[in-house]
Amino acid sequence: MLTYILRRVLLAIPMIILLSIICFLIIQLPPGDYITSYAALVANRGGVASQQLLDVLRSRYGLGQPVYVMYWKWIVGFPKGDFGIAMSLSDTPVRDLIRQRLPLTLILNFLAFLFAVGIAIPIGVYSATHKYTFMDYFLTFLAFIGISVPGFLLALLIIFVSVFYFDSTYIGSLFSPEFISAPWSWARVLDFLKHLPAPIVAIGLAGTSNTMRIVRGNMLDILNQQYIQTARAKGLKERRVLTRHALRIAINPIISRVGVYLPEILATEMLVSIVLNLRTIGPLFYQALIAQDMYLAGTILLVISVLLITGNLLADIALAWSDPRIRYD
Amino acid sequence: MILMKREKAAKDLSKTLRSKNEEEYKILTPVQLMYRKFINHRVAVASTIVLIILYLMILFAEFFAPYDMTKPQSAYLAANPDRIRFFDSEGKLHFRPFVYRRTGERDLKTLRYIYPQDKNTKDFIYMFVRGDEYNMFGFIKSDIHFFGVKEGGLFLFGTDQRGRDLLSRIIFGGRISLSIGFIGVLIIVFLGSFIGTVSGYYGGWVDNGIQRFIELLRTIPQIALWMALAATLPPGLPSTYVYLGIVIILGLIGWTGLAREVRGKVLAIRDSDFVYAAEISGASAKRIFFVHLIPNISSHIIVTATLTVPLMILGESALSFLGLGIKPPMTSWGLLLNQVREVQVLKYYPWLLTPALFIILSVLCFNFMGDALRDVIDPYSK
Repeated sequence: MLTYILRRVLLAIPMIILLSIICFLIIQLPPGDYITSYAALVANRGGVASQQLLDVLRSRYGLGQPVYVMYWKWIVGFPKGDFGIAMSLSDTPVRDLIRQRLPLTLILNFLAFLFAVGIAIPIGVYSATHKYTFMDYFLTFLAFIGISVPGFLLALLIIFVSVFYFDSTYIGSLFSPEFISAPWSWARVLDFLKHLPAPIVAIGLAGTSNTMRIVRGNMLDILNQQYIQTARAKGLKERRVLTRHALRIAINPIISRVGVYLPEILATEMLVSIVLNLRTIGPLFYQALIAQDMYLAGTILLVISVLLITGNLLADIALAWSDPRIRYD
Repeated sequence: MILMKREKAAKDLSKTLRSKNEEEYKILTPVQLMYRKFINHRVAVASTIVLIILYLMILFAEFFAPYDMTKPQSAYLAANPDRIRFFDSEGKLHFRPFVYRRTGERDLKTLRYIYPQDKNTKDFIYMFVRGDEYNMFGFIKSDIHFFGVKEGGLFLFGTDQRGRDLLSRIIFGGRISLSIGFIGVLIIVFLGSFIGTVSGYYGGWVDNGIQRFIELLRTIPQIALWMALAATLPPGLPSTYVYLGIVIILGLIGWTGLAREVRGKVLAIRDSDFVYAAEISGASAKRIFFVHLIPNISSHIIVTATLTVPLMILGESALSFLGLGIKPPMTSWGLLLNQVREVQVLKYYPWLLTPALFIILSVLCFNFMGDALRDVIDPYSK
């Protein structure tokens, strides 16, 4: 098991290097060099970027030098935690920006994932055991709607409802106004928890619907297997047949599909957070793109990808642990 | 290809049977079988009809839209939707629907425009009325619209803050949103089936390399990649080029799912006798691809493509909604929603949320249709 984990970790490294090259290519895509357009941007706002600062930035990113030098200068600080400088956001170090926003990003995505899977499995099992009943059709129909309503529209809907029914001017914080800049306290945590469900539902709904349909399909297949018949024939309770014999197998494909889910959930989370203006990495990425700060955007893209690779890795290890049929070598 | 052969075989068989004057057999061709199975999916049939209507509407947008989508009507700034009536205020029934004439005035308390109804003036709704002039497809000049009023204004979904009819803008916006879905998928079908076939047919390191590359692309959230690429389009680009750019970006990133599907299917039929026969008789790789492999999996390609269209539509909507996609003077459903990102706008003009319904409707219909097609794809299973 340990060697398996070690090998997976080692395999992830070339993956990350390739991803960093893709992200770097995206950074280099817009025509012209960034520092020049940055100077123009500052001039537009009525300020003057000092020549000294521009020179520092030029040499920091190796502009004007061959592409591989520029790539090297960009990537070399990453292992040490030096992610560069966010030029569009008053030259804040990118590391600080990401550190501020990472916890909430992780919390939201993790909870949305739990929500998606946690709601989907019971519903899927119910749907499969009540095949072709009214409730089954109804739930399947709901799942279709869940897949078809994108997260950012749900987020808009959340704003809509909160504006019209709660008459609050939803400023998209996860805190009530009086708690926004308050220090952490028990009341603030409660307030935070009260605001969480709406975005979690918006982020997780599409995933829930997808997962539910997969669980239902798998359960239907498995319930026709002979070993289920055997389990019933030897007099096990139906409940035990379902949970121990059928569900155990039916959820393995879910775990192995985590690699597909995580990017989807993260993508939805980014859009929802942009609409609701939550303090996660998504809106930061969006700001960077709007300001055409491609260095910041590319760096965030890489950070996100590394997060996803880590998530995948954990999922693979979880699968190896939960499914004895997986071979380690 | 194989479908056509089966089709012909079935027809021949039923002809010989009939000519032998035996009992009246009915032999169904595969397409007939698929059709029979498909029409049993009621929801999918309804979805298909809705989609046909939507696509007809955007094809002849100039005719179906009651107004010119760019024409601001200063008398109707941010007017709420009209209510179509059959009964007037005295309770009398009119068989021709009508709306009450409305004139805008400022609410002296909130300083916003309000549109009180004038219960004495009824504007009846006619079909094929003359209105704004248009030039459809560049050669049909006309001013006849599908429906409208002869005097006053008819705004079924209200107007935006510049007094442009929202229904007209939705119909024209659909032209962008729905066509991007369609063209993007064409690119995806082309790239995905080609790369997938190469990967499955050659196997070995080619397959390995392509699959690893697909995995790599799939690690980055698709929407983030779309956003990043869309943001690199130069800001001053004319809107038609932006449209093309968005289509290409959506297509270039979205082919991975189809390629995987195609690869799997190619792997399954690669070792069939007919592929060997083609190889032995010296057919070129190109011929094997386009005559033997791809036609055999065309039904799977169609299904996956159908299920990819909604992803394209959602992608475009999200990009335009965030201001990274379609640029004015063009519009799309996502771009129309862009204005409700301000809470104040949403609060005072909630009808501007209507384009969202169209996004959901079209995506839902494509999903229903694709799901039924997937079920239908193999006509011989029960």
